[in-house]
Amino acid sequence: MNMKEYSTQTKAVETDTTVTLTVNGEPRQLRVPPNVGLLDALRDRLGLTGTKKGCDHGQCGACTVHLDGQAINSCLMLAVMCEGHEVTTVEGLASDAGLHPVQQAFLENDAYQCGFCTPGQMMSASALLEDDRIGTDDAAVREAMSGNICRCGAYKNILAAIQTAREQMQDAQTKGKTS
Amino acid sequence: MRTFAFSAAENVDQAIIACESNNAEASYIAGGTTLIDLVKLDVMRPERVIDLNRLPLKEVERLDDGRLRIGALVSNTDLAHHPLVTQHYPLLSQALLAGASTQLRNMATTAGNIMQRTRCPYFRDVAAACNKRDPGSGCDALGGINRMHALLGTSEHCIATHPSDMCVAMAALGATLALEGPNGVREIAFGDFHRLPMDRPDLEHELEPNELITHITLDTPVVGGGSHYLKLRDRASYEFALASAAVVVAVEDGVIRDARLALGGVATKPWQAMEAEQALTGQPAKTESFEKAAEIALADALPREHNAFKVPLARQAILRALEKATQAAMNS
Repeated sequence: MNMKEYSTQTKAVETDTTVTLTVNGEPRQLRVPPNVGLLDALRDRLGLTGTKKGCDHGQCGACTVHLDGQAINSCLMLAVMCEGHEVTTVEGLASDAGLHPVQQAFLENDAYQCGFCTPGQMMSASALLEDDRIGTDDAAVREAMSGNICRCGAYKNILAAIQTAREQMQDAQTKGKTS
Repeated sequence: MRTFAFSAAENVDQAIIACESNNAEASYIAGGTTLIDLVKLDVMRPERVIDLNRLPLKEVERLDDGRLRIGALVSNTDLAHHPLVTQHYPLLSQALLAGASTQLRNMATTAGNIMQRTRCPYFRDVAAACNKRDPGSGCDALGGINRMHALLGTSEHCIATHPSDMCVAMAALGATLALEGPNGVREIAFGDFHRLPMDRPDLEHELEPNELITHITLDTPVVGGGSHYLKLRDRASYEFALASAAVVVAVEDGVIRDARLALGGVATKPWQAMEAEQALTGQPAKTESFEKAAEIALADALPREHNAFKVPLARQAILRALEKATQAAMNS
């Protein structure tokens, strides 16, 4: 391969692509080369630094976000693959009405120590509470949360927080139906 | 992460053409959980990445002959919870849910799971010698920390395990892969898809360049069969198997009519223990038969310095899974 061909090819691979996606309910556009991951795009291009980079290899769960409502590792997703999709980060969890029940429950149950894994923990927790395919007992919740590592070891309180949030969400639902 | 060109294919033909029409090293991407991980480590070096997620391969359907056809892009989560899978192939559901984490299962696809690469730390470390990553460079696992490595199907060139749980269930259940490439459509038995490492550990499967898996069709369920997937690992969840056993048995009047046994975590490919299956058939569904089967399944085991403990571990996995599956069969 001569140098000229090589330089042409290099230019082609570095071409930025426009990606249109929804982030926390807002339409957003990104100009990114193909090798930018969703995690880096969120943090460095959209300023959404709530999503954390831990291992960067899908092993720790600190980067967990929702893609079309499902928990995923944003470090293993290319930004260009998110065209037309809906992404929710920890910044999108609370609403005008206040904190998400999971956020409130983490606060009340002291479900964190250093806090670095907390955004990922809360994104996994809020997804599992909406997923009726996942069991509701402690063992099922532990299993569903096993992709989120907490090196401080706050697991006990994280589990308590998730079960508290579940009760609160069920209460709110019951009240909504009766009122 | 190194740079690469990217395109998204709208259909199978486009995907094949996009892969074929470029001299560059091309990779398909679906869930991305293997590819992106290994590109970041510089283990996989695609110059072009073709996104398959828009392909219409997300259906699970029961065929007229009773088999189950699974689209290549069905996620591991969706497959594990699909009513046709939980009802007719609970073994597959169990194996899928024993693998990875919620987030990874949400992203990973059925065909991608089949195509996933080994977790051998020497394969994942570009500073180490690895015949799979860099043919002819040697194998640092042979004399290294090989606690996680394989007992069965190894060679002097590679002892890396195949990491999948799902594939172990498929090896037990029996399946056919539909492949599509520049020369058209073809089918291959699941058991023939993955290759033994022999002297070319870099050649992991029978997929030709530019070909892709479009469907996985499971054999008809074993009538009256009970099943069990047992995975033994270093922690309770989110860890690869040290040894796992997938079993389906059908029992009539206390005698095993049909037996399927496959092993994970101990072999270089999803390991169907065919001789053990044959030895079980026609035997009483009792511990003595199970012990004999385990002995046969592990007769060729070749332990290395740090993984000899896997021989009794795999034996126990086989015994326990056979007991559990037999109980399930008798209760059904």
